[in-house]
This record gives sequence, structure tokens and C-alpha cells, in this order.
Amino acid sequence: MDQQPPIPPSDLKLLGSWADSHTHRVQLALKLKGLPFQYQEEDPLRPSAALLLHNPVYENLPVLLHRGCPVLHSTIILHFLDDTWPLHRLLLPSDPFDRATARFWSHFADDKLAPAVAAVFSSAGDGQRAAVDQVHQNLKLLERELGDGGAFAGRRFFGGDEIGFLDIVLGCGSYWLAVFEEVMEVKLVDPEAFPRFHAWLRDFEDQTEVKETIPAIDKLLEYARAVRQMMLGGGAAAAAAGGDNAATN
Amino acid sequence: MVAAAAEVKLLGMWASPAVRRVEWALQMKGIEYEYVEEDLANKSAALLRHNPIHKQVPVLLHCGRAVTDSLLILEYIDETWLETPLLPRDPYHRASARFWAKFAEENCREATRKAFFARGEERSEAIEQLREQLQRLDEELEGKKFFGGVEIGFADLAVGWLAFWLGVSEEVAGFTAMDAKKLPRFAAWMDDFLRVPVIRDNLPPREKTVEFFSYYRDQQLAAAAK
Repeated sequence: MDQQPPIPPSDLKLLGSWADSHTHRVQLALKLKGLPFQYQEEDPLRPSAALLLHNPVYENLPVLLHRGCPVLHSTIILHFLDDTWPLHRLLLPSDPFDRATARFWSHFADDKLAPAVAAVFSSAGDGQRAAVDQVHQNLKLLERELGDGGAFAGRRFFGGDEIGFLDIVLGCGSYWLAVFEEVMEVKLVDPEAFPRFHAWLRDFEDQTEVKETIPAIDKLLEYARAVRQMMLGGGAAAAAAGGDNAATN
Repeated sequence: MVAAAAEVKLLGMWASPAVRRVEWALQMKGIEYEYVEEDLANKSAALLRHNPIHKQVPVLLHCGRAVTDSLLILEYIDETWLETPLLPRDPYHRASARFWAKFAEENCREATRKAFFARGEERSEAIEQLREQLQRLDEELEGKKFFGGVEIGFADLAVGWLAFWLGVSEEVAGFTAMDAKKLPRFAAWMDDFLRVPVIRDNLPPREKTVEFFSYYRDQQLAAAAK
């Protein structure tokens, strides 16, 4: 299929964090494109020399190093992978309008949905009820796009028959919905209210490469519980315990 | 191939930097388009139909389909009309251009917004953040006339609002973030960018813009006080 020479694994190095959904996006993308890479686990609280060198101001993750040159931000990395390896499976659609649509909803995922989900996790009482409501409003918009007349009507995945850019962006992060549902005891993705979104998520999580990328739910639950405890004043020890246990993965 | 004027329509607002950014791109590529001025206090049915979620300008209509969000519109334009490319060819340079566009659009806009509207400590922190961001932009210009190199490109169009609207914001809200002595490369870039014909000939009138944003700021602050 591909006419490009084999890529030495040393060409690509990913600095990431095991529980970070943006890291998962890049890991999944690399797997889907069949690109070998080295992975370096970073502790966001104790950045490595490599991370400080390549992302000195933000120190945020993930960072993809290609022959030592850093590429930052998961969505920019995904575009970079398609630009650099166009003969490997493409993540983004080819048509400019479809690309614009995928990017629009990717922004929606990061600018609207993710903060709303995070707000559910970090709030309580009335604040949490408002946050849950906001998540539902956002999911409603996605549900509509998967339905008749929507941008993704009739598709199994946002990318069509196979998962693509938008599936990766939305999917790597959507598992937090199930985690928060359990930890916070709230209902976020009701299969009756959001049947298409629910079906999409189930199909996404069923993909081989996705199963290989996303951590086991019990590890994510443990992590989320520890962070929640810390937020509610359980102290740094609780979070550290959760993080350490889960990081041996 | 240049599109027929009826095929491309831009819904915009004269004072908006995001709208001008799209116009700069269209004009760089020689694309003919119909411009429709929106009254944002009284949004048109077309605007609400084509951008139902955000209800904002700019909206680009091409063959009846709507593209929203100015940076997405820029990429759409670049991918549809291939002459005078906005993004560079090399994948790493493309990633770098996208990085600086995101930086200008998210970080700098947010800091400027806070410096413009906030008070007290929140405001001083925002101004400090903005200064650091401008410093990063200044450093990125090392050895380059423009972010795109010898000529303006995608990153320049994305960062470009700072060349004109930062000064407007500083004047209206009474703060100083830009220091030409400390950031000579960025200061030179601002001058050079505004001198590029496509940019120079497509800016709103400064006094009118200052007036508009003064009024807008007063309105927003009054609404927030209620």
C-alpha cells in the first residue's frame, strides 16, 4: 500500500501522560496510521528535561518529537501526521468542506464539551446540576448532527465507515463520561436521550486500536476518585496514591 | 480559477478583526466575493441559519454551504483555492504556523479580552500575560520579516489582528502591553504587516474603530454591573 520507506521507530517520540486524553488521541492516531514510535511517560508535576526543552513555556502534553523537532497540541499533531505521511491511512477527510466540518466539531469538543464535562467533575450541588445540564445541551447538538439532515447523518462513525479525526478527538475523552457518571453518580450519556451518540461511542470503544490505547476503566476510576478526593480536601497523598498505582501500567 | 462573485459570500461586521482576516485571505488569493454587513444587534436570518450554534461573524458561504470560525475559513480557502498558498508546504512549518495561529487566537485574544474588560488584579495579571505572549511572538520572529518568512502567510493573518486592534484596545481601555523598545522585532513586524497592500487597503478607519470599541466596552461593563 504505502510507497514511503519504513520509518525507524527512533524518528518519532511521544511525550505524554497515561491518563491524558490528548495523549491518547496521538497514540491512537499513530496506531491507526501504522507509525512506530517511542513513548515517554511524563509526570505533569515533574517535567522531564526533554519536556522542558521542547515546550518550555507551557510544559503541556502531549509533545510529538519528529527527528527531534517538537510538534505541540494534539489536533495540530494529527494534522502533522497526515501532512507528513499522506500515503498512510488518512485521519482527516479529503474534501475541504468536510475537513472544515470535522475541525468545527473538534473545536466544539475542546472548547464547549470538555470544559462542561470537567465542570461536572469539579463541582457539587446546584453548580453540578448546571454543569450536567450543560453537558446534555452539548450532547444534544452532537446527537442532532448524527441524525437526519445532520452533518454526519447515517454514518457509523464521524469519519464514515472507519474512525477518523473527529472520532479520535471526541472519542478520546468520552470515556471520562462513563468514569464521571460512576464517580459523581450522575447520568451523562443516557442511551434513551442520546441513542446515536451512545451507539457511536460503543462502536468507537470496540475498535481494536482504541482498546489498545485507552487505559482500563478501573484504573481511570481509581485515578478519578483520587483526584476528586484531593479536590474535596482529601490532600495530596490521596491523589499521589491514585496516580502512582495507576501509572504502573 | 477565480470563483464567480455570486458563489462566494461573506457575512461580516466592519470593526471585527476576525472578519478582516478572512477578507485579507480572499483578497490575497484574488477571490471575488459578495460582502454582507451584519447588524450584530439585529442578526439576520441568514446569519442565524448558517451559524446557529455560535451566531457569530464571519460566515463564509461557498456554493450555498457555510463555513464558520475565521481560522477554519482560512484553511478552507487555502484548501479550495490553491494559488498563493497561505500555509507553507513543509509539514513541520505547517504545524508551526498552526501553533502560532492557535496561540494568537486563544492565548493572546483571551489575555487582551481580560485586559480590556477586567479590573484590579485580574486585569494586571492579564496585562502581564499579554506582555509575555508578545515577547514569545517577538522571539519567534528572530531572523524573519514575517511569521511566514519573506512574505505574509497563514500565521501572519492569524496574528495580524494584534497589529491594529491591540493598539485600539490599549487606547480604549487605558493600558499598555506593547513596548516597541523591548520588543523591536514584533514592533517592526507590526509596521511591515500593516504596510502590505492587501492589509493596508483593508483595515477599518481607526478613529471610528476606537469609537466603536469604546461604546462596546461601556455597554458590556454596564451590563456586567447589573
